[in-house]
Amino acid sequence: MTGYFRDVGALARKDLLLELRAKDTLPAMLLFVAAVFVVFHFALPGTPSRLETTGFLWVAILFTALLGLGRAFVPEREQRMMDGLVLAPCDRSAIWLAKTLATLVFLAAAEVVALPLYALFFHHVSGAMVLGVALADVGVCAVGTFLGAMAVVTRARDLLLPLLFLPLAIPIVVGAVGASIEPGPAKYLEFLALYDALFAVVCWASFEFVVSE
Amino acid sequence: MGAGATIDRVGLLRRIPLSALALASLVLVTTALVLVFYVAPNDANQGFSQRIFYFHVSLAMTAYACFAGGAWNALRHLWKRDPRSDLQSYVCVHQGTIFGAMVLLTGSIWAKISWGQWWVWGEDELVLFLILYLFYCAYFMLRFSVDPGTQRANLSAVYALFGVVLIPVSFAAIRLSKEFLHPRLFHLDGPAFRGWILATYLVAQVAMLVLAYTLYRVEIAGKRLDLRLRDLKEALV
Amino acid sequence: MTNAEKYVTAAYCVVFAVILIYVLLIAVKLGRLDREVSELEQKIRQPDDG
Repeated sequence: MTGYFRDVGALARKDLLLELRAKDTLPAMLLFVAAVFVVFHFALPGTPSRLETTGFLWVAILFTALLGLGRAFVPEREQRMMDGLVLAPCDRSAIWLAKTLATLVFLAAAEVVALPLYALFFHHVSGAMVLGVALADVGVCAVGTFLGAMAVVTRARDLLLPLLFLPLAIPIVVGAVGASIEPGPAKYLEFLALYDALFAVVCWASFEFVVSE
Repeated sequence: MGAGATIDRVGLLRRIPLSALALASLVLVTTALVLVFYVAPNDANQGFSQRIFYFHVSLAMTAYACFAGGAWNALRHLWKRDPRSDLQSYVCVHQGTIFGAMVLLTGSIWAKISWGQWWVWGEDELVLFLILYLFYCAYFMLRFSVDPGTQRANLSAVYALFGVVLIPVSFAAIRLSKEFLHPRLFHLDGPAFRGWILATYLVAQVAMLVLAYTLYRVEIAGKRLDLRLRDLKEALV
Repeated sequence: MTNAEKYVTAAYCVVFAVILIYVLLIAVKLGRLDREVSELEQKIRQPDDG
């Protein structure tokens, strides 16, 4: 078991190191989310209510995540590294777990900037909202990474990921928006945690079939 | 044990000749239509318009059965490596999408009669079908974007399995979302399920299931023939 | 015909139309398969003729 986590750690560190050197993904995500906020301001003229801006925040987070997830398996594809990873003497699900952790770090980093920016531009950010964001991130990254690995082997590639991902992300949006705006967010946070656990298990168990021929 | 028994039953189903199935679906659908329009009484609350219910709900149940069949075959593909499972799973999902389209259309008409609008976000089942419809349309995009082979079968199977996880999760999500997004309550009085109403529903339900299975058999026969022809062509060239 | 009757009839017609289109598409596909079989038959017979 410790060997498994060592593999996951090594693979995740590889992704983070690549990003630190190339700086491909994170700056793009940051710029995107800031630009989207500005667009929202003009798309919702006047002073939009907290309900409306919360909805828009979630749209922004989802699309920012999609931007990062779309890039997640690009190094593997461009440098034909997937075959090597699959042949490596580690459990295949470790590839998924490591990639999920790496994208989670990117998304969290983007949100560390996005949430204060949201508070600055629109409305204050509550504690439940931050918790909702954190739980939703886990689900988004777990499912998104899995689907990203699927999309990367298809001909349509980047086009396919949003189509595969958005229907599966609807429950996340429900839970996250509920946690952000409801006075009693516990129910929604529980729902998000349930979603995360359920889909993490499904992804973990079936990732092998995505990468093996 | 349970799984083995199910497989045996499916094997028995497969032995029913297609012509008998076609005849059965014709008789059943006609009977169901006669019952719906001439025998079933008007609903106390909704009057005549409640008659959409018989086909709308049985179509929905049939679509769920198709998606479940798709997931079951997907599981068989991943688990047992049964070479027929991939095609069967695909045809099941395909069938489910067609029946899902009919659910959306009839549901939309029902919403128009009941609430005067073509689309009502308060109808849980309908919203769920919309999400499932989007999800399964993406299934086809995925499938047709990969070359035929083991990888395509694997990806399709995994995605079809995601579908059966998504159904209950989405349903719970829709229930949750109604509480904050639409505090208004639509209450559709459940039909008093007895007598002719129950009988009509049951006949309609069986009719739809048999019809779906007949179409499934036709479709799968055509698809198998297509594959064999393609192999034959390659062998000849 | 009352309004409700019209809509209910429309709903059933929609179901009928969708199934009809589906069967039609299957029929078209069967026609294509039939054509392909004929082509193959011709291909197989030709060497014998010549």
